Amino acid sequence: MTALLELEDVEARYGPVHVLHGISLAVEEGSIVAVLGPNGAGKTTTLRAVSGTVRRSGSIRFAGRSLGRRGPDGVARLGIAHVPEGRGTFSELTVSENLRLGAYTRRGSIQPELERVFTYFPWLSERRRQQAGTLSGGEQQMLALARAFVHRPRLLLLDEPSLGLAPVLVAELFRIVRELNEDEGLTVLIVEQNAHLALQAADAGYVLEAGRVVLSGSSAELRSDDSVRRSYLGY
Amino acid sequence: MENAETSSLAGLRARGSAIDPGAVTVVLLLLGAAIFLLIGCLKSTNFAQYTIQGLALGSVYGSLALALVLVYRATHVINFAQGELAMFTTYIAYDLGLHGLSYWEAFAATLAIAFVIGTLLQVTVIRPVQHRSVIAVVIVTVGLFILIDGVVNWIWGGDFKSMKPPFGNGSFEIGGVTILHLYVGMMAVVLASVVLVWALFRFTKLGLGMRAAALRPAAAALVGVRVDSMLAIGWGLAALLGAVAGLMAEPSQIFLSPTFMQPILVYAFAAAVLGGLESPAGALVGGLLIGVTLTLIVGYVPKIGAELQVPFVFGVILLILLVKPTGLFGRREVRRV
Repeated sequence: MTALLELEDVEARYGPVHVLHGISLAVEEGSIVAVLGPNGAGKTTTLRAVSGTVRRSGSIRFAGRSLGRRGPDGVARLGIAHVPEGRGTFSELTVSENLRLGAYTRRGSIQPELERVFTYFPWLSERRRQQAGTLSGGEQQMLALARAFVHRPRLLLLDEPSLGLAPVLVAELFRIVRELNEDEGLTVLIVEQNAHLALQAADAGYVLEAGRVVLSGSSAELRSDDSVRRSYLGY
Repeated sequence: MENAETSSLAGLRARGSAIDPGAVTVVLLLLGAAIFLLIGCLKSTNFAQYTIQGLALGSVYGSLALALVLVYRATHVINFAQGELAMFTTYIAYDLGLHGLSYWEAFAATLAIAFVIGTLLQVTVIRPVQHRSVIAVVIVTVGLFILIDGVVNWIWGGDFKSMKPPFGNGSFEIGGVTILHLYVGMMAVVLASVVLVWALFRFTKLGLGMRAAALRPAAAALVGVRVDSMLAIGWGLAALLGAVAGLMAEPSQIFLSPTFMQPILVYAFAAAVLGGLESPAGALVGGLLIGVTLTLIVGYVPKIGAELQVPFVFGVILLILLVKPTGLFGRREVRRV
């Protein structure tokens, strides 16, 4: 199997602050890969380096093609959907407009995608005309996911989807991500504080610390690793 | 399911917030104003005449205010050069007329040229400073004001020009009220252009992208919207609406001069502020209100008359900013975290 996404020696900085010190990781097509690590390890920045929302150097290849200096809109056009932390929904626009924006890079009718999205998120369909800002936090998170799905990306970058959500909703969200992965073959790179959940959903994982990959392996390997257990799983 | 329950709660809350006491007050106020005007028009032909003139002029102020609002939403600054830009494009139409184009040919060509100029201005002088600070952008627009003024004086000179009247000099009568074709034409043209721009924003993918880019540039880029292009197109559309305002204002000014849009820019400011700066509908309603108020005041209180119109409008702006800075339609955003 070849990697859909490949990062090699990727560095990123916010002004003078170096956040990533040469990250290398690979995401196989059709897999879910989790990025774990403590706060400030550079997990979010790793996703932002891929989507081009932070200045990066090093090599990032997507489907065999270098991302080069592409900005976020260019990266999105290649088929990468980034659901940022804090969701990035347009609270002033309606649910339906948010979904249409998800398909912004695509031509033609998005009706089939919308219908499929509504099978995963049935309640969205009734609330198409509602302003997205009036949805609850969990619903906005679901909307963000639905929007990313309408994009029909080859790769979904998911940043802290569980942040601030009730446990029931988190479980629901992960179930849907897993389902999208299994039924639609969606490849997912997910950043998550909740290592337990993330490793349950993911096929493989990377552990970051201070901007470097300190450990990687399949989910099973990581789950049985002592340091991961102690630091992230808490047993 | 828990999910469904929270959903219906959120729905209730959303519906609840739609009936906000501020909005009711505004609607009642506007209704009151409309009834006042209606009764006035029925009672006195003079009043009716002033009102119609005011609505026609007000629609022009409204369309320039709408241009201001478009730029404000995209760039978060007031484009002080908007009026001068409109004046410049009106001169272009005048010049095209000299070169043998009919009024409406020149009109169409001018709108296209205005769009291109607006887009180019955003790309060349606004974009480089846009991320520095709001003040930097404001200063650039003030610079543009002076630059355009200079360029127009240099090309066409400062003396008065006159253009062909677009709607002739005719008029018709309804119940003793004389209505100039001009006023009906002004309103129709402004309304048509506003509806077209509104439909563009509301119904097209481009419009959706432009709204997204203006609301949340970072999030818009993540879904693949080319934010920079959207902002440039936004400036182009603003310039186009400004051109409509300029061309429709010109016949009511009798002469074309390099300063003819300056008072109108002040009225448009007032209209935009009255409407809430972020609200396109507010800008239009604000424009109509300012237009009618001014013509009625000039008509009935000759002491204020033509000389004191601009200071009076400045007073209105000040008053709105003091009493209700969000204007009539500046809505508090519904947002939950």
